[in-house]
Amino acid sequence: MKAPSTHLPDDSQAVLDAHLESEYKWGFEVALEEELAPKGLSEEIIEYIWHKKGEPPFMLDFRMRAYRAWKTMKEPHWLNAHYDPIDYQDAYYYASPKSLSEKQPKSLDEIDPEIKRMFERLGIPLEEQAVLAGVAVDAVLDSVSVATTYKERLAKMGIIFCSMSEALQNYPDLVKKYLGTVVPYNDNFFAALNSAVFSDGSFVYVPKGVRCPLELSTYFRINARKTGQFERTLIIADEGAYVSYLEGCTAPARSEHQLHAAVVELVALPGSYIKYSTIQNWFPGDKEGRGGVLNFVTKRGIAYENAKISWTQLETGAAITWKYPSVILKGDNSVGEFYSVAVTNRYQQADTGTKMIHIGKNTRSRIVSKGISAGKSNNTYRGLVQILPSAENARNFSQCDSLLIGSECGAHTFPYIETKNPTAIVEHEATTSRIGEEILFYCNQRGIPTQEAVELIINGYCQEVLAQMPLEFAVEARKLLAISLEGSVG
Amino acid sequence: MLEIRNLHVSVEGKPILKGLSLSIQPGEIHALMGPNGAGKSTLAVVLAGKEGYEVTEGEILFDGQDLLSLGPEERSHAGVFLAFQYPVEIPGVSMVQFLRAALNAHRAARGQDPIDTAELMRLLREKAALLKLDPAFLTRSVNEGFSGGERKRAEIFQMAVLNPRLAILDETDSGLDIDALRIVAEAVMNLRRPDNAFLVITHYHRILQYLVPNFVHILADGRIVRTGGPELALELEAKGYEPFLSPVV
Repeated sequence: MKAPSTHLPDDSQAVLDAHLESEYKWGFEVALEEELAPKGLSEEIIEYIWHKKGEPPFMLDFRMRAYRAWKTMKEPHWLNAHYDPIDYQDAYYYASPKSLSEKQPKSLDEIDPEIKRMFERLGIPLEEQAVLAGVAVDAVLDSVSVATTYKERLAKMGIIFCSMSEALQNYPDLVKKYLGTVVPYNDNFFAALNSAVFSDGSFVYVPKGVRCPLELSTYFRINARKTGQFERTLIIADEGAYVSYLEGCTAPARSEHQLHAAVVELVALPGSYIKYSTIQNWFPGDKEGRGGVLNFVTKRGIAYENAKISWTQLETGAAITWKYPSVILKGDNSVGEFYSVAVTNRYQQADTGTKMIHIGKNTRSRIVSKGISAGKSNNTYRGLVQILPSAENARNFSQCDSLLIGSECGAHTFPYIETKNPTAIVEHEATTSRIGEEILFYCNQRGIPTQEAVELIINGYCQEVLAQMPLEFAVEARKLLAISLEGSVG
Repeated sequence: MLEIRNLHVSVEGKPILKGLSLSIQPGEIHALMGPNGAGKSTLAVVLAGKEGYEVTEGEILFDGQDLLSLGPEERSHAGVFLAFQYPVEIPGVSMVQFLRAALNAHRAARGQDPIDTAELMRLLREKAALLKLDPAFLTRSVNEGFSGGERKRAEIFQMAVLNPRLAILDETDSGLDIDALRIVAEAVMNLRRPDNAFLVITHYHRILQYLVPNFVHILADGRIVRTGGPELALELEAKGYEPFLSPVV
């Protein structure tokens, strides 16, 4: 037996070390020939992208306005995380595997077998028969959408699920009507950059009264070197419609940072319900904190009368996460929800949370945020609940919990509450806990080994959030949680 | 089955147990009594394998095996159970999930497959009934929002499920009302077998009216200063610890 100490039990420390040595399992790179736009960013490059993609004229205007707005903006450094200023001229803004860009594949059979194999290694089947589980997949590799499975079955119900490029070709009016209405082109530095240069993403439209029978799923993957990924997602649920959308992300392990600046816009028309779930597993950087994805993402939804938007996220990856999925509760009786588990390990830094903007009467919002910090990481919750004067009887409930593993990590909570209507009720609860020796000893005493005990405790801690995810996604989320925190016991 | 020989234990350099010896045979109930700070709970957690307790001298054999060389979960697999004085909460983890993990760890250690769900639920319901616990308690998070009495009952419930060979009850009777005390004591008696044994740590005689011990030990200043039969507990209740505190010659 050992002398008493406040440090980890020896075996836990060994498991922790083993994990810190362990590698990011999705860090492989596939040698694909890439077609790249010239390096750097200029009006010419934007025109190149617009031209390359054969987009309608309004898009050039949208992109140019965004680019000009971006040039006047400053890279944000107010977040509770540090990154060196990014050299935007030293990156490629358009990368496409050559086999995709030379000839758009018409069917899955035409897709480069190398690309198919890569997605298989990621566990993302592109074959329709493998999608019988009820998930329709749109896979975005670097900047180009690879395949959208299950399209026909959805089309019969009037549901559009395709890449943003295809939507711009086939449904330009729908895109024009809604693009930039939730996240304006000049919303913030990274949203403006995205609006200027985005090359693909997913587009969903669910018509009036239709309940989408499948989980729609997009898989994002950064493969090429020195490319940013700027995907753009637009989801529209027409009156009374319902859709559940899943998003997953990985990237190869690289020693330099990769920028991921996505924009997601959700439009929930009266009486509709959009459920958006994310499992974010971008490369977090190596054990010395080198490399990793800078995940600077703008996600926002607008909910009209009686509509509901629910964000659920599991954030385990990225060197830095800067992300606040938000809901504008515009219509009366609209509902916004945010369920989040953010895990940081090693040198990861996460500054994430949500904004709930109450405009309509009787609007409701619920925030459940679970932060888990391990290693030398920093995990910040930053949330805004804003009740505007028009929002009679608005209600918000926020629960922000932090769980610390080990003694070198940090957890921070910045809840901002602005209430301009006296009928509002806003509740905020917060807890901080640590996986301590007492609870581990209790589990050990019952025969449960330390590693398994940690998984059990973490799963219990995240239960409320994971319960919001579609079943199969939740299973994946549990596995990912276990891997992300393997051995990081304290 | 348990042989503790000349056990010396220090915490943060401070000696707590100072040459404790104790021998427990299968089928026996031993009561361990003593004033606050005598080292009763220290003995309990040292037997269970908690970190932070330095054994400076002596040995503990469990079925002839060196207990001190085993990790806490291995001791559990070997059949050592500790009913905690202050059980911790595990938010979000139901009693079913928790005991499934515990049972499967025990089964894995014996080379058995995981328990199937129907069998698990049958076992848990049966043992919950033994402790007169509402089956709804199985789906509640471990110890979360439980009253002091419920926690103690839940400990004995877990003991019943894991079916240990040596159970250490660390002040399980504290905080129980008369009815709960009887339920717990009857459940323990129900679990008695010729091949298992109980070490009951307590301040009070009343639990020993139900769990009649073969031996009562008085622990003072890190040593067992007196061992007797059940009547010793009564004597203690009448006289207090004072007469026993000067070392017995």
